[in-house]
Amino acid sequence: MTEQALVDFRANFAKALNDKQLRRNLTKAMDSLRLKRKAVFADKEALERLRSVGNAIRRRSLSKLPELLEKLEKKCTENGIQVHWAETKAEANQVFLDIIRRHQASRVIKGKSMVSEETHLNHFLEEQGVEVLETDLGEYIIQLDHETPSHIIVPAIHKNRDQIAHLFHEKIPDTPYTEVIEELNAIARKTLRQKFFAGEIGVSGVNFAVAETGTLCLVENEGNGRMCTTVPPVHIAIMGLEKVVEKLEDVPPLLRLLTGSATGQMITTYFNMITSPRKPGEKDGPREVHLVILDNGRSNILADPELRQTLQCIRCGACLNHCPVYTRLGGHAYGYVYPGPIGSILTPQLEGLQNAGTMAFASTLCGACAEVCPVKIPLTDILRLLRNKSYDTQDSPTAVEGHGYKKNVSEDLAWKGWTAMNTHPAFNTLSTRMLGLIGVHLPRVGPLKGWTSVRTAPKFAKKSLHQLAKERGLSDE
Amino acid sequence: MSSARERVFANLHAAMQRGGFKVPETGTPLPLTLSRQERIDRLKTLMENMHTEVYVVKADDWLNVLKELLRQRSLNGLVYGPGTPLAAALEPSWENDLPPLIPYNEEIEQFKDRLFAIDAGITTTRGGIAETGALILWPDAREPRLLSLVPAVHIALLQADTIYNTFAEAMNSERWQEGMPTNALLISGPSKTADIELVLTFGVHGPKELIVLIVD
Repeated sequence: MTEQALVDFRANFAKALNDKQLRRNLTKAMDSLRLKRKAVFADKEALERLRSVGNAIRRRSLSKLPELLEKLEKKCTENGIQVHWAETKAEANQVFLDIIRRHQASRVIKGKSMVSEETHLNHFLEEQGVEVLETDLGEYIIQLDHETPSHIIVPAIHKNRDQIAHLFHEKIPDTPYTEVIEELNAIARKTLRQKFFAGEIGVSGVNFAVAETGTLCLVENEGNGRMCTTVPPVHIAIMGLEKVVEKLEDVPPLLRLLTGSATGQMITTYFNMITSPRKPGEKDGPREVHLVILDNGRSNILADPELRQTLQCIRCGACLNHCPVYTRLGGHAYGYVYPGPIGSILTPQLEGLQNAGTMAFASTLCGACAEVCPVKIPLTDILRLLRNKSYDTQDSPTAVEGHGYKKNVSEDLAWKGWTAMNTHPAFNTLSTRMLGLIGVHLPRVGPLKGWTSVRTAPKFAKKSLHQLAKERGLSDE
Repeated sequence: MSSARERVFANLHAAMQRGGFKVPETGTPLPLTLSRQERIDRLKTLMENMHTEVYVVKADDWLNVLKELLRQRSLNGLVYGPGTPLAAALEPSWENDLPPLIPYNEEIEQFKDRLFAIDAGITTTRGGIAETGALILWPDAREPRLLSLVPAVHIALLQADTIYNTFAEAMNSERWQEGMPTNALLISGPSKTADIELVLTFGVHGPKELIVLIVD
């Protein structure tokens, strides 16, 4: 599941759709997440007002992005947080390694961070001989099984308790087999406590970074995030550069939207706001706090007025939970770190259309994602825009990498034929009549085969609508 | 070669040149205005829903309630931060049949072994949030951050007068933007997870129990 090799979407989709266990696990989980969100946002008027606030805050932040990032850097530096910039994934990973080496550390404990998945930080550090341990329960589970997250909020959602029971029994020494969820939690708690105790470097993501005060905000339920950012002597946080907000007062509405949309919670167990390393006199907390700010293509996305709305995302995962495609495939089939509707608009822009453009087509355009998005990203509009760009060979300053990769002669011809058929009355009459006569005998090749292999082929009426209308004596006017 | 910072900002400024930014008025969420009693009740209900034990106690009685709660449990110790009004109330009145009172009076590097072995911790709070049900903590030199995280039982003292309607109200009326502490926290219950089959279970990496005494 890495983007090193070109992802074989067709094979992935077929495999996921035929995995009955996966389908059952996902259906149950997604149904539950949708219901919980609905319950916490029962007041429609309040929700719509909150979404408008969230949308405005995110758009305002993006409209001043360079200025806010400079302010964030300045405030963080004043507060004693060391800020590092990375244009690429490799640069970000190198910043981590340099800090780890400087402290001669070998034990890293990590709270959940999707950006670090994006940079493949664990893989990189492990190759350098550094032990990296995921401490969020879901992340811990998939790390034991050498998997990547299948959901941006609930990373092990594709697994059920039996599968996790087997995994713990096999991979954690001296662990009896149990399918009792409380006992599985207790096993993880006991194992990871020792790791929190001994961790030398703590790593976290960032949910919101406040420019006004230089504050890093972290949302979590388990307490592992607080452990990673408080117990070890060094804390390294990593964020995508779009995560900055202007003011502290921008945080409460976004927090409500995030926790409500993600898991249907009024608030998470912990909301952790970090503004500096340990000050003189304070007895705990890291002595060093580092912030790594990653671009990795985001600044290019900012250029296009439509596409930049992608950067409004607060990573709640609601679009995944409501997507009929994600709900049937799960995250792994997409082959990239960010799955579902948000992944399908973000990934092609980060990785290039020629590599990940297929994701923009893995949607029915039903619009559920845009309807639930807490910051009102028009996901379906952007999906369609990316589809268009897949055929658009024209260069422009805001062109997405790999644009026009799908343009081909046969599709061009087919659409030219379609245009002719619908603009020349005589040709139109002829072709609709022909379809009525021979439509059922069309050979099952090309796209027709793909469509009809799992669906009943449409039956063409013997007579076209035009013919029927004419026979009834309706006039053309 | 230019630095990563220069390259990132060059890209950002080029993107800004494209323009087309439309920024709507930010507006405000629907307001919430509750009476003092409603704020206490709402916070209590919401936190109880999240498996917190909440007791509304009188100012002259909270210490007795606390001692009773401790006697009901077999705990090997109660860690606290010396130098606070809470500490001043606890220290002189501690009794032998209670779990020993242990001051968090060294830096974590020296105190870590002991801290990870103590069953319970007690802290003050800065305030509460009625809307979502949460405590506000600003850990400091006297009450360190790990007091409310490492021990399996966290006991928190909350003054009823400091319960705000909303998080926004708390930060605006206290003017947080003028000076944030090293760490500010909201806590809404004992630690929890739903990472296995979305089944909600309490007591993962942080405290397994949260007990809140609202001093009214």
